[in-house]
Amino acid sequence: MSAPIIKIDGISKSFGTFKVLDGLSMQVMPGEKLALIGPSGSGKTTILRILMTLERIDSGHIQVDGEQLYHMERNGRLLTADERHLAKMRQKIGMVFQLFNLFPHKCVIDNVTLAPMLTKAMPRAAAEKRAMELLDMVGMVDKAKAMPAQLSGGQKQRVAIARALALSPKIMLFDEVTSALDPELVDEVLNVMRKLAAETDMTMLLVTHEMGFAHDFADRVLFFDRGRIVEEGKPDEIFRHPKQERTQGFLKKIIAAGHRV
Amino acid sequence: MEWDWDFVRQILPTLIQGVKITILATLLGSVLAAIVGLGIALARRSPNRALSRTIGFLAEFIRGTPLLVQLYFIFYVLPDFGVLLPPLVAGVIGLGLHYGTYTAEVYRAGIDNVPRGQWEAAKACNLNATQTWTHIIMPQAIPPMIPALANYFIAMFKETPLLSAITVLELMNQAKSVANTYYRYIEPITLVGAFFLAISLFSVVLLRWLEHRYGRIER
Repeated sequence: MSAPIIKIDGISKSFGTFKVLDGLSMQVMPGEKLALIGPSGSGKTTILRILMTLERIDSGHIQVDGEQLYHMERNGRLLTADERHLAKMRQKIGMVFQLFNLFPHKCVIDNVTLAPMLTKAMPRAAAEKRAMELLDMVGMVDKAKAMPAQLSGGQKQRVAIARALALSPKIMLFDEVTSALDPELVDEVLNVMRKLAAETDMTMLLVTHEMGFAHDFADRVLFFDRGRIVEEGKPDEIFRHPKQERTQGFLKKIIAAGHRV
Repeated sequence: MEWDWDFVRQILPTLIQGVKITILATLLGSVLAAIVGLGIALARRSPNRALSRTIGFLAEFIRGTPLLVQLYFIFYVLPDFGVLLPPLVAGVIGLGLHYGTYTAEVYRAGIDNVPRGQWEAAKACNLNATQTWTHIIMPQAIPPMIPALANYFIAMFKETPLLSAITVLELMNQAKSVANTYYRYIEPITLVGAFFLAISLFSVVLLRWLEHRYGRIER
């Protein structure tokens, strides 16, 4: 058995007086597809944001790919990570956002080539070749020269996935990537993610309200409530036979709201 | 007193010299104000509290005092401290600093208007702070604020006659000197008004075009 690629050890995080994460620990194995579900405010998105270094932790430790994320080992001592260390760690992780966050002043292909050219000094020709491969994978080759404003939500999100993949991360974080989409556009994004899961051995963490997709896609499901993992297990166990009362209650509400399970 | 076209023809070359200086002072002052404003806006966002507070206080101070007083200070008081500046240089610095405190607010609004998601996407793309500012934030922040900046530059243009107080030979000063030489005020001062009006009207057309061109950014 190999070592976990993400090892979260007793992290806590508060926003003001609101404790989002409370001594949370969890592990993710390389290549694992993990779905994080739970009511809003339960801390699942915060975990992704912490892994992407968009939020700092108040206490605890995180190891990513064998290295401390927020700490550096220097002469056997653990120091708070500096910007250089964080930049190195960010290379391992890519993130796709709920609101796409494409760069609106750059065309589709420039959105994808920007980071490799700037952060890896990749020559334009190589970056564009790679970008076209990625755009092909997400089915957006014919829109390579389009501006983001000309795209539908689903198309924007597919470009955002290609952009995150351009830095060849080992771990991909998907933060409610279909929540802002019109219902008829959800599937085109989910299909890209299925393809990505089938064609690569990337580790994928997914915060979602699409329970049906989480069921098919994930190897393991974590149910969050109030900053803690209440229940975890194989999708079938969680969705068909939830043991905890809070999980049952949550799933009941979600189904009542019209989500497929 | 009658309007004398011959007199107009006689003084026109002198006034045009003045117009040139007025335009030059406006252009240089605008460039300086654009740079100073950006500097102030960035300093005020600095995590270094001492820096952001100090710059914030200085900007409030400059904005809260009249440009004329500042021009006097730069041109007549600074020499007491060994800083002796040519009139035009002193005038451009005065205009640039004074209007820089206004353009700083334009920059602040422009930068604040870039959604937080853009900062986060830049970070997820592993861009460093400089790359984030130059490739992501400023290219989105600047176009919508071009009309507001241009507005300040037109306002600055109309305040350049203040430079006559520190002996800059701009349009107003040239007009005053020919008027005082010939004891005729109607032609020189009317021409000053006409020049300013003509350039302002042209600027307004330019401003409308800028608003049309840059006023909105599609997301």
